[in-house]
Amino acid sequence: MAMDPILTPLVRESGSYTLDFYLQRLEGYQALRKALGMTPEQVIDVVKASGLRGRGGAGFPTGMKWQFVDKKSPKPKYICCNADESEPGTFKDHLLMERNPHLLVEGCAIGCYAIGAKIAYIYIRGEFLHVQHHVEAAIAEAYKAGYLGRNIFGSGFDCDVYVHRGAGAYEAGEETALIESLEGKRAQPRIKPPFPAVEGLYKCPTAVNNVETLCNVPAIVMKGAEWYASLGPEKNGGPKLFCVSGHVAKPGVFEASMHTTVKSLIYDYAGGIAGGRALKAVIPGGSSVPILLPHQIDVPASFDGLMKAGSLLGSAGMIVMDDTTCMVWVAKNLLHFYRHESCGKCTPCREGGDWLLKMLSKIERGEGQMRDIDLLLSVADNVAGKTLCAFGDAAATPVLTTIKHFRHEFEAHVREGRCTCPADWRAKEPVGAH
Amino acid sequence: MSFHPEIPYTTGQHRSERVLAPEGEPFSFSPDERAKFEELASHYPPEQRKSAVIYALFMVQQRVGYVTRNGMRHVAEVIGCTPAEVEDVATYYAMFYKQPVGKYVVQVCRTLSCALKGAERVTEEIAHALHIAPGQTDASGTFTLMEVECLGACDRAPVVMVNDGWHECLKPEDAVKLIDVVRAKGEAGLSGCVHRVEK
Repeated sequence: MAMDPILTPLVRESGSYTLDFYLQRLEGYQALRKALGMTPEQVIDVVKASGLRGRGGAGFPTGMKWQFVDKKSPKPKYICCNADESEPGTFKDHLLMERNPHLLVEGCAIGCYAIGAKIAYIYIRGEFLHVQHHVEAAIAEAYKAGYLGRNIFGSGFDCDVYVHRGAGAYEAGEETALIESLEGKRAQPRIKPPFPAVEGLYKCPTAVNNVETLCNVPAIVMKGAEWYASLGPEKNGGPKLFCVSGHVAKPGVFEASMHTTVKSLIYDYAGGIAGGRALKAVIPGGSSVPILLPHQIDVPASFDGLMKAGSLLGSAGMIVMDDTTCMVWVAKNLLHFYRHESCGKCTPCREGGDWLLKMLSKIERGEGQMRDIDLLLSVADNVAGKTLCAFGDAAATPVLTTIKHFRHEFEAHVREGRCTCPADWRAKEPVGAH
Repeated sequence: MSFHPEIPYTTGQHRSERVLAPEGEPFSFSPDERAKFEELASHYPPEQRKSAVIYALFMVQQRVGYVTRNGMRHVAEVIGCTPAEVEDVATYYAMFYKQPVGKYVVQVCRTLSCALKGAERVTEEIAHALHIAPGQTDASGTFTLMEVECLGACDRAPVVMVNDGWHECLKPEDAVKLIDVVRAKGEAGLSGCVHRVEK
């Protein structure tokens, strides 16, 4: 369903990342002014009433997350903004920070006010250096104009926002691993509980929020919870950024309501399958979620709609694959990613990922045996749900989901001793050693 | 005995094998670098200076080209922690090089969205042009070719990152041109990162 963009209006115009543009064209920092006139409880209440769900992948209600932050604790509180966007197929936060960074700064400041924090850290992945420069420039502008720093708008509220650079670790996107990384350690997840709301950064109460989540907050404060909730289906309110990539004619970030179907996102927004080919499968929420087949895509791309269809919205990174794609190769490609990015803390994920990749490579080369397929399922099953964080499930999913829907392709690889899919975009010869 | 006897399981294949970074030249921050580090460390509570370790390691890498053991020792001294704690961090993150690299590090994204658009062939073309395999540095020490995991710009696949700059939407046939452009003009020759958003 078409709607006016709320998070990404005017992002194509030149200079959309400057403070002047934000103030003049987008009523910048009015939401912060309004929030500072409310009590922190009122801000949390309006965010709670809006039904805003975390945009990072899990879809946890943001208002509740903020409410769980231990306000009575004598320790300082922190907001950690998760800008470690690393999920394959996801590039929405990249766009927000590059073209509309002041929206994030404003969201961080309102978040700090709501939970009683004075400092927000924006954890940006190391590969986004050019994006980091935009965010840093925006923060400097905001300090200069008095939207950050001491006594903002004369309210007595102090807020500092700092950028923290990562150095290349997918696992740093997990909230406790992000906190570990911010503390100057390896990005490895912690045992929960205690949850970050009780014991997070430097053992202080912390809220970890995705970039897109925080960017939604100013609009909620300005226009109210009811308006926000009405933008989407029940419990899936507000605008959503969808990233469509892979074999589509016009890949990109599209802002739409969560009434929009996956089908519409692929065929209307992203211009359909490139080269007039047919759709084979789509991964609707970043590489960690189950795939959907062409007959399953006429469902709303919402948290609940996709769960009903047997998948997840995740980070809304849709990877579209046409009929030339070999699904054994897809599973192998993704397991290469998960094996490389596993932090190594939990044995099932560290060792399981390694074995899954070895077995998939063997089948893909045409050297597999029929029993390897069931062995794959067995190993994947022993990784999923047996790790500290959701990474284990994410690593097992590509294997489980491809075998579930495309077992015949795995069997054909074993039987024929080669890949039987036509794929002219593939390398002529295998590149690199595994 | 491996539980899957058909797949060889040798120590050479095991990725947890520890590779020590070279000692490198004696290293210490210049007064400017030290001031910059102290400014960054001031973003964190005074007893949490270690939070700035990633910044410190990037500063070592910027000067030396990779993270040396002497560099790690100096970072530990500046932060006030043990060298082992710094090595722990340096060996975890993918963006820290533990061995010398070329002047330009060409990183081709190999994850699904880029791979669907022919990233393997981009790597192949560049590897062929430079006469090296992924992971190697060419004879003149100018280029290092690497395959990396998702760089977060899948709409512009296949994505290639040169040092800290981006060059997106690189067709396999244009890959060699990229090398020529960088050779002639350096990083300034790159077209950078432009996003496409539907209104």
